[in-house]
Amino acid sequence: MRRFALPAVLVALCVALPLAAGLALSVGSVKLPLADVWAIIVNGIAPGAIEPWWPPVREAIIFDARMPRVVLAMVVGAALAVAGAVAQTATRNPLADPYLLGVSNGAGLAVVLLVVFGFGAGLFGTLTLPIAAFAGALLALAVAMVISGRGGSIVVLLLCGLAVGQTFGAVSSIILFGWAKGNQTEQVLFWLAGGFGDARWHMVAVPGVVLLLVSAGIMMAGRWIDLLHAGDDSAAALGVNPGALRMVLLLVVSLVAGASVAVAGGIGFVGLLVPHGARALVGAATRRLLPVAALLGALFLVLCDLLARSMAPPIEVPVGLITAAIGGPVFLYVLLRHRRRFG
Amino acid sequence: MIVRIEDLRVALGGKQILSGAGLEAAPGEMFGLIGPNGSGKSTLLRTLYRALRPDGGVIEIDGTDTRSLRRRDQARLLSASTQDSDHTAALSVGEVVESGRTAHLGLVGGLRAEDTAAVQRALTATDLLHLVGQDVRTLSGGERQRVSLARALATEPRILVLDEPTNHLDLRHQLEILGLLRAKVADGLAVLITLHDLRLAAEYCDRLAVLDRGGIQAVGTPAEVLSTELLAGVFGVAGEFAGGRLHIHGLAHRP
Repeated sequence: MRRFALPAVLVALCVALPLAAGLALSVGSVKLPLADVWAIIVNGIAPGAIEPWWPPVREAIIFDARMPRVVLAMVVGAALAVAGAVAQTATRNPLADPYLLGVSNGAGLAVVLLVVFGFGAGLFGTLTLPIAAFAGALLALAVAMVISGRGGSIVVLLLCGLAVGQTFGAVSSIILFGWAKGNQTEQVLFWLAGGFGDARWHMVAVPGVVLLLVSAGIMMAGRWIDLLHAGDDSAAALGVNPGALRMVLLLVVSLVAGASVAVAGGIGFVGLLVPHGARALVGAATRRLLPVAALLGALFLVLCDLLARSMAPPIEVPVGLITAAIGGPVFLYVLLRHRRRFG
Repeated sequence: MIVRIEDLRVALGGKQILSGAGLEAAPGEMFGLIGPNGSGKSTLLRTLYRALRPDGGVIEIDGTDTRSLRRRDQARLLSASTQDSDHTAALSVGEVVESGRTAHLGLVGGLRAEDTAAVQRALTATDLLHLVGQDVRTLSGGERQRVSLARALATEPRILVLDEPTNHLDLRHQLEILGLLRAKVADGLAVLITLHDLRLAAEYCDRLAVLDRGGIQAVGTPAEVLSTELLAGVFGVAGEFAGGRLHIHGLAHRP
C-alpha cells in the first residue's frame, strides 16, 4: 500500500502551516517583509527577545488585523476538514461533506435569520450565533433524513441533503437581497460565499473549542468509528450499533459545521476535498486520518484566503468561491473514480 | 449449549423470513445451516450477530439472553464473517484484521501485546501474512474473504458465525480454511456455518440443520438429515449419503 509514514506527514504539515501563515501575515494592503513578520511574532511570544527595528504600527497590523484572520482560517479549515472526514466515514461515501449534506446551508439560513431579522438575538449572549447555526445545521440534516427515509441508501440521503441545502441557500439569498439593510448588504456576499474579512479574535473561541473537543472525542473512539468502514453487518458483528453511531457522528458533523458557518459563512468543498488528500497520504484509519486532515484543511484554507485577497487587490474575492472553483473539478474527479458505486 | 435459538421470528420489508426457527449448538461442534436460496440462512445468522432485530423469539449465548448482553460484550463471545465485506476504504489488510480486536479494547487506547499476538495468529491461519500491508481494495474476492475470516478469527471468540465463508475461495484455500475450522472446533470453538456446497457441508459439519419455509425442517448428523427424500423435497436433487459422503446424481424428478 503506497502510503507515507504518519510522523513524516505530520512533521511536513507542521512545517508548512507556519510558513504559509507567515506568508499570509505578510501580504495585505501594506506588504510586510517576512523577516519583520517572524521577528514580531517571536517578540510577541517572548517580549524583548529581539531588539525592535520595525515601526510599532506593524505589530498592530499583525496581531490585531491579520493574525485573527489567519488563525480563524486555520481553525475553520481544520474544522471543515474534520467534519468532512467524519461525514465520509460515517456514511461510507467519499462524496459526503457538510456542504453536500445540506448542513452548511442550514446553518447559513439560521445565521441569516438571526442577523437580518434578529430572531432570537442575544438569547445566549455571544453563543447565540453558533447555537443558531448548529440548530440550523441540525434542521437541514433532519429534513434530509426524514425525506430520504429510514433504511434509504446513503446516496439518496446525500441527494436529499443537496436539494435541502440548495433550498435553504436560496431562501438565505432571497432574505439577504430582499431584507438586509445598510451595512448588512455588504455582508450578503460574505454569508453566501464565505470569508474571513471580518475576522476578530473573539470569533476564534467557539469553533476552536468545538474543534478541539470533537477531535479529541473522535480520536479516542477512532477504532470504534473505523468499524463502520466494514459495512453495517460487519460493524454490528464487531460490537457497535451502526445506525446509532452514524447518527451521533452526523450530529457531530452538524455541530462542527455550524460552528464554522457561524464565523465564516458557507465555505463549500473543503470538507470534500481535504479528506481525500489526507486519505491518499495516510489511509482511512481515523486515528491516522484525522490529524492529517485537520492540518491539511488549515493549510488549504489559509492559502485559499491568501489567494482570495491577493488576486485582485483591493477587492477581496469571497474565499468560498476559491474553494468551489478548486472543489468542483475535484468533486467530478472523485465521482468519476467511484462512478461504479453511484451507477 | 453455547447457542440456543428458540421460536425466532424475523420479517424483512414486510416479508416473513423466519417464522419460529430454533436450534442449539454446542461447544466443539461445527453446525451447518443448509437450505435452498431464500430459505433464511443468512437472515438467521444476521439476527444472531445482531445486524437484524428479531420480531420475536429468544437467542441465548451460554445461557444468557442476548437482549441483556451489551453489543460489545456479545462481540467478544461471538464473531462473524459476513457477506457484506465489500471493502471500500483505504485500509490495509493488517488494519482490517486488527478491527476484530476492537471489542476487547477499551474506548480509548491501542492494541496490547495479546491483541497483536491474536492478529498474527489469525493472519497466519488464513495465509495472509504476506499481504499485511496491502490495500484491501486491491485484493481479489478470495483474498477479501480470507481477510473477513481473519478478522473474525482475530477476535478469538467462543462462537464463530460464518456466512458462506468459502464461496469465493479456490479449492486449495477452501480445504485449508475448512481444515483450519475443524482444528479450531477440536479446541472447543462452536462454529455456525452456512455452505451452499452440500458435499462440503456433509463432509465437514458435525450436525446440519435444514432451513426451509421459514423454519428448521430437520436437524441431525449428515447421515440422519441428508435422506434421499429430503434432498429431493427441499433441494430438488437426486442423491444419497453413503460411506460418509454425499453423492448427487442430478435433478430430482418432481411429481
